[in-house]
Amino acid sequence: MQKATIQLETLTCPSCLQKIENAVGNLKGVDKDSLKVMFNASRVKVNFDDTVSIEDIEKAIQDLGYGVKRSRVKAA
Amino acid sequence: MGFQQKILSSKNKITLISGILIVIGFIAHFGFGNTQVFNIAFIIASILGVVPIAIQAFGALKVKVISIDVLVTIAVIGAFLIQNYEESAIVTFLFLFGSWLEARTLNSTRSAIKELTEMAPEVAFKQMENGEFEEVDVWDVDEGDILQVRTGGKVPVDGTVVIGEGHINEASITGEADPVRKETDSEVFAGTILENGTLQIRADRVGEDTTFGKIIELVEEAQDSKSEAERFIDQFSQWYTPAVLVLAFIVWIFSQNVELAITILVLGCPGALVIGVPVSNVAGIGNGAKNGVLLKGSEVIQDFSKVDTILFDKTGTLTVGNPEVAEFKTYGDADQALSYLASVENESDHPLAKAVLSQLGDIEMYPVDETNVVKGGGIVAEVDGHRVAIGNVALMEKENIQLTKEAREDFEAYEKRGNSLVITAVDGELKALMGIRDQIRPGIKQDLQAMKALGVKNLIVLSGDNQGTVDLVAEELGLTEAHGNLLPEDKADYLKELQAQGQIVAFVGDGVNDSPSLALADIGIAMGSGTDVAIETSDVVLMNSNMSRLPHALGLTKATANNMKQNIVIAVGTVLVLLAAVFFSDWMNMSIGMLVHEGSILVVILNGMRLLRYRLKGTDVETANAKEVYA
Repeated sequence: MQKATIQLETLTCPSCLQKIENAVGNLKGVDKDSLKVMFNASRVKVNFDDTVSIEDIEKAIQDLGYGVKRSRVKAA
Repeated sequence: MGFQQKILSSKNKITLISGILIVIGFIAHFGFGNTQVFNIAFIIASILGVVPIAIQAFGALKVKVISIDVLVTIAVIGAFLIQNYEESAIVTFLFLFGSWLEARTLNSTRSAIKELTEMAPEVAFKQMENGEFEEVDVWDVDEGDILQVRTGGKVPVDGTVVIGEGHINEASITGEADPVRKETDSEVFAGTILENGTLQIRADRVGEDTTFGKIIELVEEAQDSKSEAERFIDQFSQWYTPAVLVLAFIVWIFSQNVELAITILVLGCPGALVIGVPVSNVAGIGNGAKNGVLLKGSEVIQDFSKVDTILFDKTGTLTVGNPEVAEFKTYGDADQALSYLASVENESDHPLAKAVLSQLGDIEMYPVDETNVVKGGGIVAEVDGHRVAIGNVALMEKENIQLTKEAREDFEAYEKRGNSLVITAVDGELKALMGIRDQIRPGIKQDLQAMKALGVKNLIVLSGDNQGTVDLVAEELGLTEAHGNLLPEDKADYLKELQAQGQIVAFVGDGVNDSPSLALADIGIAMGSGTDVAIETSDVVLMNSNMSRLPHALGLTKATANNMKQNIVIAVGTVLVLLAAVFFSDWMNMSIGMLVHEGSILVVILNGMRLLRYRLKGTDVETANAKEVYA
């Protein structure tokens, strides 16, 4: 299990939250319960296992049109 | 994908161009009566403007979310199909321009917390494999790395000094402005500033695990936390947006009026409703963070704003927490007994022990063979072959100490004068009596009055001290009730009783021995110095143990809760008025709808921003003191 913290470009609409939650939460290998999308901090926190990579998660967010500034992965 | 990104990142330029095109179109139309230029300009503006909105709508649909973008995209395409280019162009422009303005204003509501996060270190000088120090992003530092901190630099992590010495300003963590000297093996904290010297430190905790990181994380999570009401609104808008879509569709089927159907789509956007409450929340919590009050989320704000009763721990909360021996009396030959007393207290970490020792000064000490702590009573110990009992009257009675009438009168008189009693008996004989008193915190009386003015009904002190002491404090401070002789579990029971009566109860304590009450209370308020675990267990933290922030905290939560209500009324009211206008008036159209709609979003954001400047009138300590000085 790994723990990712992803800093996004500033989020401005609350509906962004729901989109990102759905997009990241539905990826295989992502621990849905650990998923936290922080609107005001514009940050995503999530745990995931080997079946998915941090690049996949970043791509899912970028495909929605939200820029990823940087991310940090740690063993959880 | 690259194309989409490019479009989205140039949204601002697109907004500007479509705005210019609309102006050109209007000038051509009204200035020169040129309908062709008018149409072409508006067609280009519509297409250009709808592209970024449609991309976002498509992204939302892919993850099964019907967002506002979806409604707007359909509406604009509909307007385009019925060749109403004027409306399609103006609606897309207003929507884009509105979201740009929202982003700008939202950033200012977040500014308070930004000031805090900007104090967070961003870079570190990390020792590389070749032994040189190189500047790296603080995100790239791991536990165990060796880092260099230079004069004037920020400590990037929580760590231990390996080499070097210097003075560090730890105000960001402890509130203490005097620099603290650090040398090998000293602990250093992220976010503090090295004022002189150079240090090499080993990283022990990084990022969000540092003390400073935890504070920031806590505030950030609080800002994003949701109350019952907000979760309801979220649920509601999840169904509301599709419902608007369905409604528009039904209207179109029955009336065959595309214009009306797409107008409903635009008017039904839930924008202000979705953003109104979070905006108040962010601004309120941001104001708190800037003023030394950590509010842990929206639920806490709601609860605290409705508080009926506030319970206070006495020592360290209402009083300074630095007790001193005020009165002192011995019975018979007590020299030996005082030595025993000092020997036992020397091994205790009870707050009164320090006061006793500083009173006795330099005195002969004996090894203590055995100590038993009697809960709510004191200590019974074996010293030098004697049985030594130190504690309150209850302990003396339990130990069957002979108490003369004179002694009992002394106890009563001491208690009446607000002393806590430390009685010493050796081998069943009363030897010494000490009366220990704590100073009332300066300024606390005004703070408590301010809370009463804010509508708190009961201010009650709960303490383990004797009733006399507690009564005296209550009388001096104008509290409504005072209860002494309470163990931590008694306090918790008392609290539960009040809650059973339907009161909303806050508990203010130092977070260590009062943790059961802090956890049980509707609002647990901890006095934290930043490094405390209390930060994690309570609902409200007064930074740097600053009690004077409490009235501000209460006033702020009331203002924030009100602000949220105002925003809900504005948002719901706008939608109702718009929908009524669409059915019952002839002036309503898509463009006006979008304008009013974006306007209402800005109104709720601006309303929320007022909270950033919130200040409790007339009770600020600094201004109060200033008045006294200059009056």
